Amino acid sequence: MSSKPILEVEKLNVRYQTQDGEINAVADVSFKVFSNEVFGIAGESGCGKSTLIKAIMRLLPENAKMDAHSIKYKDQEIDCMSEDIFRKEVLWTQISLVPQSAMNSLNPVYKVGEQIVEAIQAHTSQGKKEARERVEELFDVVGLQSEFMNSFPHEFSGGMRQRAMIAMALALDPGLIVMDEPTTGLDVLVQERILRRIREIRKQIRSSIILITHDIAVIAEMSDRIAVMYGGRIMEQAKSLDLFESPCHPYTLGLKNAFPSIKDLDQELISIPGSPPSLIGLQTGCPFEARCPFSSDRCKKDIPEVVVKEKFHEVSCFRHTDATELREHAKKLSTWHY
Amino acid sequence: MPNMIEVSRYKTFLKNLRKHYQIIHSNPFGRIGFWVITIFLFVGIFAPWLAPHDPWEMQYDSAGNFASLQMPSWEFPIGTTHLGYDLLSQLILATRTTLIIGTVSGFISILIGANIGLISGYYGGKVDEFLMRFTDILYGMPFLPFVIVLIALFGRKLEFVILAIVLIIWRTSARVIRAQTIAIKQRQFIVAARARGCSDLRIIYLHILPNLLPLLLLYASFNIAWSIITEASASFLGFGDGETISWGGMLYELWISGKTRIAWWWFAAPSICIVLLVTSLVFVSRAYEEEANPRLRKR
Repeated sequence: MSSKPILEVEKLNVRYQTQDGEINAVADVSFKVFSNEVFGIAGESGCGKSTLIKAIMRLLPENAKMDAHSIKYKDQEIDCMSEDIFRKEVLWTQISLVPQSAMNSLNPVYKVGEQIVEAIQAHTSQGKKEARERVEELFDVVGLQSEFMNSFPHEFSGGMRQRAMIAMALALDPGLIVMDEPTTGLDVLVQERILRRIREIRKQIRSSIILITHDIAVIAEMSDRIAVMYGGRIMEQAKSLDLFESPCHPYTLGLKNAFPSIKDLDQELISIPGSPPSLIGLQTGCPFEARCPFSSDRCKKDIPEVVVKEKFHEVSCFRHTDATELREHAKKLSTWHY
Repeated sequence: MPNMIEVSRYKTFLKNLRKHYQIIHSNPFGRIGFWVITIFLFVGIFAPWLAPHDPWEMQYDSAGNFASLQMPSWEFPIGTTHLGYDLLSQLILATRTTLIIGTVSGFISILIGANIGLISGYYGGKVDEFLMRFTDILYGMPFLPFVIVLIALFGRKLEFVILAIVLIIWRTSARVIRAQTIAIKQRQFIVAARARGCSDLRIIYLHILPNLLPLLLLYASFNIAWSIITEASASFLGFGDGETISWGGMLYELWISGKTRIAWWWFAAPSICIVLLVTSLVFVSRAYEEEANPRLRKR
């Protein structure tokens, strides 16, 4: 992991206008992605992971409003770029996406190879022949036989389509690849194969990867650093090992309890009681307050600041100083379910 | 290598053609429609060579008598008019006019309808509001009177008849294509295309449009059928091109000749042709409709 950040996001907010009121889907999110690393974003459904990515890539629907202090890609402010320049010079050439449900992301009327050729030709001056050679190369990288270039998407299996989408994301050697739930909807064996493939690809390319998933196991295995999101905010971010060895935020502690450890087979899984908060209207206090066994009055009133515990370890909790104590308490079932 | 690509492109074209043929042929009515249209096309294309006589020349029978209001016979297979014109020749040449009006206005109207529908559905908001209210206004217009007024305004020429029909007939296709565009716009592969940096125009014409092809073909054939009916109606009321002969125009001639009650053959021939061609077009569109909307299959 080199120290130069490739993507820097500072205080990003996204609000959706709905009939029931305003939804604060993403609030004050700041993070950095360094070159050549895998940055994982974990969180349960509806916590704002995908919205965050859509905001950075400008794919938000019309009822969404976003504002940010700054979004920098390689020291270049990309949030104030004009729509046209962003589309031509950043999208796909610099930041590419393996979308959520990548299985449905291929146009059913075109051959798979042609679609990747189109993506290449839309951004470069390469000829058809060159582009097709590139696609052959990419198919090889993701482990698809090159004769499948001339097949239609419906002739592909789910895993093959997923790999084709990954090939498409790699096509222009982007600096950053965003993978939104790359293994959702696939069976465990195919999941494993795709993840292995992503790991192999990592060795071959220099791109950084943002990996979004609700699957803690996947994220623990794949990422260098992890951000845990809850209720539209980042609760804690740290290097993967630190996050699992010494978590500081009660939500991370809860997640760790709910996820089986290989070391401790007799360990009882403890779920976090309650359900995620509604994000409608103005937020006061910590979003996790209602489900947090360690909450105090202060947590209801104020939103905790992000505190840098040590290098690369940031947490947003008033009780971060008591982390060691909380860790002990959190191991007990009675702390969560009383 | 470029040769290889050319060859494969040619092959895909043939494959697509065969696919369309199969869509039409898998449906018995579609099959009938297909062959009837093919025959009409043949007649229309080779009309000047097929017509046995000049349609505007008085005919004399073998005995040398003036052939006025002759019943169908070996000499004049579908009879003659009161001025002794050969109806078969008229019918054959009229086929050409009708086909030109039908296909040209059918295709231009689907072109307009598709574009308005795609743009309206894709952009939404104010653009959609404006275009759809405009379409609504057209919906409020009575079809035939509007066409007649336009022809009266522009003049009784073939191109103006086509223009008048096109100006109003696109409304249905625009509505349907807009609805379908909105549905496809939400699909994941369009979001993916946008993430890939595709421009709006590229998404509309290269990603949404190809998915609408069966629907477009369906509405193209509906529009052709409607154009033919409208042209026949307008011509019958005396608002056709006076210079060229059409099926509706033949009926108009019959009407002003005052021989409607006597000359049944004069009435029957163009009417049967109109019904046959329009029905065949509807049969073919039904076959496409089943392809575009699988729920209609096997009911």
